[in-house]
Amino acid sequence: MKNNISHSEAAEIFNKDVERVNWHDETLWFVREKRDRSAHQIPEWELLRETASQIKLNVLSNIHDYLVEFEANAQKNGIIVHWAANAEEHNVIVHSILEKHNVKQMVKSKSMLTEECHLNDYLTERGIDVIDSDLGERIVQLRKEPPSHIVLPAIHLKKEDVSETFYEHLGTEKGNIDPQYLTESARHHLRDIFLTRKAALTGVNFAVAETGEFVVCTNEGNADMGAHLADVHIACMGFEKLIPQRKHLGVFLRLLARSATGQPITTFSSHFKKPREGKEIHIVIVDNGRSVQLGREDFRNSLKCIRCGACMNTCPVYRRSGGHSYHNAVAGPIGSILAPNLDMKKNADLPFASTLCGSCTNVCPVKIDIHDQLYKWRQVLVQEGYTPKVKTIAMKTMATVLANPMVFDIAGKTGRFAMKNLSGLVNNKLNKWYDQREMPEVPEESFREWYKKNGKATKRKNDE
Amino acid sequence: MSSKEAILQKIKQNQPKEVNELPNLEPLKETNLDVLDQYKTVLKSIGGDFVEVSNYVEIIDFVRQNFDTNKRILTTLTELSEVANLDWSDDDPHSLEDAELILVKAHFGVAENSALWVTDDLMGQRVSTFIPQYLAIAVNKNDIVAKMHHAYDRIGNQEYGFGTFIAGPSKTADIEQSLVLGAHGARGLTVFLMD
Repeated sequence: MKNNISHSEAAEIFNKDVERVNWHDETLWFVREKRDRSAHQIPEWELLRETASQIKLNVLSNIHDYLVEFEANAQKNGIIVHWAANAEEHNVIVHSILEKHNVKQMVKSKSMLTEECHLNDYLTERGIDVIDSDLGERIVQLRKEPPSHIVLPAIHLKKEDVSETFYEHLGTEKGNIDPQYLTESARHHLRDIFLTRKAALTGVNFAVAETGEFVVCTNEGNADMGAHLADVHIACMGFEKLIPQRKHLGVFLRLLARSATGQPITTFSSHFKKPREGKEIHIVIVDNGRSVQLGREDFRNSLKCIRCGACMNTCPVYRRSGGHSYHNAVAGPIGSILAPNLDMKKNADLPFASTLCGSCTNVCPVKIDIHDQLYKWRQVLVQEGYTPKVKTIAMKTMATVLANPMVFDIAGKTGRFAMKNLSGLVNNKLNKWYDQREMPEVPEESFREWYKKNGKATKRKNDE
Repeated sequence: MSSKEAILQKIKQNQPKEVNELPNLEPLKETNLDVLDQYKTVLKSIGGDFVEVSNYVEIIDFVRQNFDTNKRILTTLTELSEVANLDWSDDDPHSLEDAELILVKAHFGVAENSALWVTDDLMGQRVSTFIPQYLAIAVNKNDIVAKMHHAYDRIGNQEYGFGTFIAGPSKTADIEQSLVLGAHGARGLTVFLMD
């Protein structure tokens, strides 16, 4: 994953291909519109969001007990439960389960948590062949890229790109860009994988404390094909995936797919409660910074996220900068809140990758105050000294100028003079403000000068 | 200290001091949906198909007319033994990969999203609703509930090892958002709506 350049630098590169950016923008907006149509068909949509938000609030305020309850019930069901404090421990646990069963090949369904933990790299380095089975994930995996979107991993690619990738790796016809043909080829390729793997790994959408079961949602059925054909099923979850009771699934399953893709529900919403006879199910419960975020009152609500991706599809910055520019497993607005919690230094740029327009907050199915949290992160990051030096100096200079009327006056005069007579000094690449916009025409006098001349006269006139 | 203890301790320290109450779900159940009508409309819109039948004989006739009965057809419903094999629940699940059609029954359906609730006792094998080329599910018309909240009321504390809501055939739109039916699982879903 590219993590040595900032969001704005990466976005600048993405923006060079204007046609592709426009296409990316429109494609995601199309998904956003499908979400709207779907939500508008539910008269009680707002009540549903509010209810979901309150359930999650209850979870966060009682998560200790729910986790204990969940573990006990899952164990009663015959599921083996593991706890991982961080990404490294998560990877070690998964690897040890595979080693115990002498498994060298594993099939995986989509799990953003394993992306967050860089599990694939970890296992590959230890000689384990990992195949992602979600079609979009498989495409980006073959291209050695990370997913660019949590729900639509290959949304940044055109069918020509997929065709080229499949030609190279799966031996499909060169130049055949028919999605039906390409999907059929992937179907055959992946069926062979499903039928030969002894271990399958899936993510978890929801885990139920009351019953010890967990739910995995897919449209392709890839999680199920993997899990039901393998001897060992490993399910990895961040601890915030917990919900109190089975009946609460009704609320979240109504919201998830409608918010994600505009579908009334995903094709398969599978409830795993007990392993098949003679087979194993393992659950790995992962912290990896979540308990820290739980303690940050301003950012705690980000743990309500159900990973629908609605905030990305609607975000004007995400749509025009692409998921990879966020250099984090979860991109877009919600990712920009979660990422600084994981690593403030590395991800200090992300909360600034937003217009704070609030569209993300408006579509969030669990009512996370996303744009407020982005604004709050900016303040924390500046205070902690993680923002670029240039910006800090500029802000400090501005504060001095604004606090001192005489300096402000001189600065204004100098500025107007320079813009008028020495335009090259202002209209150049060094001026970040000029970079993406035309500079305004300079007025003859400042408001202050105008007011000195006319203000008092106008005031007298009004008083009469 | 084990990771489990460390995580739980940190969570206890950092979670809010007061517990927020769980909300009431009852107001979400209000509805005036025509459930059967809604079920059919939604199923069509997500790529599924339905056939209204009054008995199992009509299902058998439909299968004979619409599927290649020379290929492997499996069911868990004894009433369909004339057209499908019943003896496979102990087979290696991998051997189901050449199944052309598998027919099972659902406990109930949900009008708002056309999903059908199927548990492992109705599936024969857990993979059976995912692996065949085509899937058919029978459900009684008066077993269609309005919304997911009613669905979970129906499920209650039902015991199962595995259960799933199935809404339409396996599908993907991962290649430039073009919808393609039949990603890994069934290419088509036929729902038999029974009187």
